[in-house]
Amino acid sequence: MSLLPLTFLLPLVGTLILALARGTLTARAIAVVGVASVGLAALVTAWLAWNFQVGEVFDMTLWTWLSVGDFQPTIGLRLDGLSLTMLSIITGIGFLIHLFAAWYMRGEHGLRRFYAYMNLFVFSMTLLVLGDNVLLLFLGWEGVGLCSYLLIGYYYQTSANGWAAFKAFIVTRLGDVFLAIGLFLLFNALGTLNIAEILTRAPEVWSEGGLEVQLAALLLLGGALGKSAQLPLHTWLADAMAGPTPVSALIHAATMVTAGVYLVARLYGIFELAPVVLYLIGVIGALTLLMAGFAALAQTDIKRILAYSTMSQIGYMFLALGVGAYDAAIFHLMTHAFFKALLFLSAGSVIISCHHEQDMRRLGGLWRRLPLAYAGFVIGGAALSALPLITAGFYSKDEILWETWAAGNGGLMLAGLVGAVLTSLYTLRLIIGTFHGEMKSDNARHAKAGRGLAHGLPLLVLAILSTFLGAWIQPPLAGVLPASPGAEAEGIVRSVVEILAATASLGGLGLAAWLFLSRRRWLAERVAGGWEARLWRFWYHAWGFDIVYDRLLVRPYLGLVHVLRNDIIDRLMLVAGWTAWLSHRGLSHTQSGKLRLYAVSMAMGITVILIVLVLGG
Amino acid sequence: MNGIPMEHGLVLAAILFALGFAGLITRRNMVFVLMSLEIMLNAAALAFIVGGAAWGQPEGQTMYLLVITLAAAEASVGLALLIQLHHRFKSLDVDAANRMRG
Repeated sequence: MSLLPLTFLLPLVGTLILALARGTLTARAIAVVGVASVGLAALVTAWLAWNFQVGEVFDMTLWTWLSVGDFQPTIGLRLDGLSLTMLSIITGIGFLIHLFAAWYMRGEHGLRRFYAYMNLFVFSMTLLVLGDNVLLLFLGWEGVGLCSYLLIGYYYQTSANGWAAFKAFIVTRLGDVFLAIGLFLLFNALGTLNIAEILTRAPEVWSEGGLEVQLAALLLLGGALGKSAQLPLHTWLADAMAGPTPVSALIHAATMVTAGVYLVARLYGIFELAPVVLYLIGVIGALTLLMAGFAALAQTDIKRILAYSTMSQIGYMFLALGVGAYDAAIFHLMTHAFFKALLFLSAGSVIISCHHEQDMRRLGGLWRRLPLAYAGFVIGGAALSALPLITAGFYSKDEILWETWAAGNGGLMLAGLVGAVLTSLYTLRLIIGTFHGEMKSDNARHAKAGRGLAHGLPLLVLAILSTFLGAWIQPPLAGVLPASPGAEAEGIVRSVVEILAATASLGGLGLAAWLFLSRRRWLAERVAGGWEARLWRFWYHAWGFDIVYDRLLVRPYLGLVHVLRNDIIDRLMLVAGWTAWLSHRGLSHTQSGKLRLYAVSMAMGITVILIVLVLGG
Repeated sequence: MNGIPMEHGLVLAAILFALGFAGLITRRNMVFVLMSLEIMLNAAALAFIVGGAAWGQPEGQTMYLLVITLAAAEASVGLALLIQLHHRFKSLDVDAANRMRG
């Protein structure tokens, strides 16, 4: 257990080596350092998990961060079932994605920068989940936000990527401000930053449903919404796909965007005291999963489809959190990390094989050319649409739907079922559009399948984890999180919910197969004009949130900036500048370069001094 | 030293100083500028001698020795500059070296 700090120190060492080795490492050495640091961290995590008993809590205080009176936050780590689950996902899947990136990024410029940022990300994310106090959690929280910004803007030569990075940073920062204020509020009321102490003290200080605790929970939720791309702070995630695909897989699917779910689960005690906010989480999750599901239906870029599906799946996690089924949320977080990483890496394989073509309208018919990527898409897609019994996604999603029903929220469960149909629809549309039909461009016709261990191994491992084998991994959450509403009640109702979930998934797949295979021409005609086309465009722009935010927030702000640019106070400030400039002009004239003039002025100066001395004395 | 009042010596020194200064600010040829400077230095040194004699103190003569040494050092630097000036500008006009004007 004393090896725990290594899990974040190793990636940090990797970052430092890569950051300081300017031009001294070959591309191969860079990849080795970048992958090995995370790989070793994954090994350490495996060792920790091997020695971990369910229900065990391991605390470790490294040193005191600051010491100001009673305020003494520590650099302290806490390993329990929840943080071990997150740690395994971060380092394990992180390692596979780093390995895949060695294939994906070969020959790219700035490989050192890429791996330095990726390792820094793993370091920050590990700190986020291991910190035993909210201050350390916040440090990691901001660190992953920074790495997300840096990696979205990795291809900085295209200005659109820079804007996407900007957008992601600013929108999540909005949530972070809420989170920071929420943490201040917690410290002010409870006098501690330690998470365990917060959870024990909160019920003593606050009564259930009090105004202050509701406000604190609402502010914390604001941070979670920004990071996890939920309504109304979700607009950044689709644009974040501008980064390299391994980045999308690691940061914008498997780990960072689920930090909001982790935050709510970690501070569950606060939310339990604010039932209204908890219910709000469920409603937001349901709305997001529906909104993102419809938006995913209309996208043509394969990465954007996956981005909207990520939003939608995190919506499921929020739905589970909202009904108090924390372990179901974390279980879905884990299976989602498996199959979404698989889908993104398969997408990356397709993108590189097809010479950076990622628009479905110019792909198609690739299944014979790219069998491994096709298999990845089929297995990942099956897990995403929760194909009954044989996929990991079915078990976690079914649990969420069941818990929602057990908590007595029929409406939310209905939203979940509709979402399941949508998921099947867009998943099959994605697979058919990418891999079946005729090849629609030269890039697709000249596709070259990826080769090598770095390409194949991550896909293979993630594919295995996305099947029912992955669902056998039960996160050791007993005793960490409160029991969920449907934990005891087994029986006939549960079977009914399971059958409903299976029907939704299979029904969606059947509907998709009917629509996209046999009625394709009819569908294309419908979408070509009329109100269907308008609806399609509306979904394509993800319900117009970007346009509304642009009109409502961005433009008024820019207008205000324009007005303030020429304000009078600014002009007053310029007086000092003008004075300095004028005296400079005057003084520079005296430097004529004429020696005799200097002598005269010197003599005059001495004379003046003498006169003053004589008269004054 | 009797019979020559101190005022006479000081007035002589002042006249010499004024002559040297006038030469310094009117001459453009650097040789004459250096000569004027030498006259000014000697005028100051004369004032020391006069003062030392008037009060019967040896420091006046000590200061004179220091001034002479200083003048020798100044002359060597000044002459080196003069040679450089001639070398660069093919002229002894000090106003030619005004490239560093503001």
